[in-house]
Amino acid sequence: MPETPPFVLRINGVDRSVAPDPRTTVLDALREQLQLTGTKKGCDHGQCGACTIHVDGEPRLACLTLAVMADGRDIRTIEGLQDADADGDSPADSSAPLHPVQAAFIEHDAFQCGYCTSGQIMSAVACIRQGRTSSSGEIQEFMSGNLCRCAAYPNIIAAIEDVAADQASSPQGGIPAA
Amino acid sequence: MHPLSYHRATSVSDAVTESSQPGAALIAGGTSVVDLLKEGSIGPSHLVDISRLALDEIRPADSGADDSGAHSGLDTGVLVGALVSNTALAEHPLIVERYTAVSEAVHSGATQQIRGMASSAGNLLQRTRCPYFRDPDQACNKREPGSGCAAVHGFNRMHAIFGHGYDPSEGVGPTTCIAAHPSDLAVALVAFDALVHVEGPEGARSIPVHELLRLPEGHPEADFTLRPGEVITELALPPFAGRSHYLKVRDRASFAYALVSCAATLEFDDDGRISRARVALGSVAARPWRLPAVEQILVGELPSAELFAAAAARASDGSVAFSMNSYKRPFSRSIVRRILSQTAGLEPLPGPPGTALSASVGGLAGTTRPRDELVGEAS
Repeated sequence: MPETPPFVLRINGVDRSVAPDPRTTVLDALREQLQLTGTKKGCDHGQCGACTIHVDGEPRLACLTLAVMADGRDIRTIEGLQDADADGDSPADSSAPLHPVQAAFIEHDAFQCGYCTSGQIMSAVACIRQGRTSSSGEIQEFMSGNLCRCAAYPNIIAAIEDVAADQASSPQGGIPAA
Repeated sequence: MHPLSYHRATSVSDAVTESSQPGAALIAGGTSVVDLLKEGSIGPSHLVDISRLALDEIRPADSGADDSGAHSGLDTGVLVGALVSNTALAEHPLIVERYTAVSEAVHSGATQQIRGMASSAGNLLQRTRCPYFRDPDQACNKREPGSGCAAVHGFNRMHAIFGHGYDPSEGVGPTTCIAAHPSDLAVALVAFDALVHVEGPEGARSIPVHELLRLPEGHPEADFTLRPGEVITELALPPFAGRSHYLKVRDRASFAYALVSCAATLEFDDDGRISRARVALGSVAARPWRLPAVEQILVGELPSAELFAAAAARASDGSVAFSMNSYKRPFSRSIVRRILSQTAGLEPLPGPPGTALSASVGGLAGTTRPRDELVGEAS
């Protein structure tokens, strides 16, 4: 087998070098190689949603995405969500204010142990951005791929409804691409 | 761990060449293949990534020279690129309006993350969710030919009742397999007589979706009739001018494989009689299970509760169930009666056409409807 050179993944606006093993998922590259541990490994089989990230602005499961297939894509993790409002292409800045969905999760007590939370928030941002918030049923259906063993579901839905309502009443409107 | 090489295909013909090699596997959305790799259920030596090929368009098929105009403005079919995501397929206006059961089937499967990643062709080519296929320590003729079938006397609640060919008097043999295919989309496509277009080393050909998936019939290791190196490039939906619907019974309201599902497509003549009917069950066989005996009862008749009850009574004919899945027989009859009634408009849909809420039996569809409506239904 020919030796493959390391390749580059663009994560939260920064180019990062990743080892070229074809079996490595984006999830393992983030956590094991790049020390970006905000994205969680729950089931590692696409059944829990804890590893939800955004790839080119769309919610994706990092555990089922091979890193070699993601080069050239814009990958956004929970660490890069805060400043995504200002500039979707900017590097992560931990001093930036919380993303509105992060703030709403705190406001609504939308987590207990917190292990599923980064995945919940990444899906919630997409849920609101895609306008899937016309009813709690529509939110539930959109969020059904993000399991919460602490069962904070009512609070998660309340947080999403809150941000969606704010967005609808704001003259600027809209959650920018994260 | 054996070596695994990776190649990003630059064209369909490149994908054909690369995937013709022994040990090669195609990967597109990855939701199925990456999981199978982790489980050790498959062990390819070469991954051919086709995800960047330009096969992501949905477009009306050319009307062609033989256009008879019989379908009142819906005279062309629709072509769906193999790499169109499940989400894009389910939400495309042409699909929602003309092929509603396809939208409902896709929306009722998996989660928004997986639907956004998974390709349309990959949905059809997913492997069974039989727990014994997914566990390399278990006997499974599909994963390891000749090793047996742990499901026959095991946890077979999700397994097939049709087409498995299992004979209790002979017992488990080296080709026994009672796995069911999990795709919702495949069931809907079969009800539209859809085809897949493939490119391969011998050139291009078309395969009806119903024949793309195969029954075990002595070779349970072969799920599909694709030849080595063949790559699906498009799904082809023929012209359709009737009403269609997909219904799914599952253990929870979202993100679960079907226990039993059903797709129905009905076309009507000017007098309101059923001129063409297709009814297919899902999760009851290694491929979507057409019900010709049901369809024959419907054709030429006016929709009525009595007609649909008579047709549905035939829905479990010929089934052979196992220790934990005999419930699938009455479920099959019930879901066929209900889908026909809903498709013909005799019963209201559980939710907006084309959505997961419409495809769901109970669960979310129930909880999101007004409470007084539910009370009225129960009484």
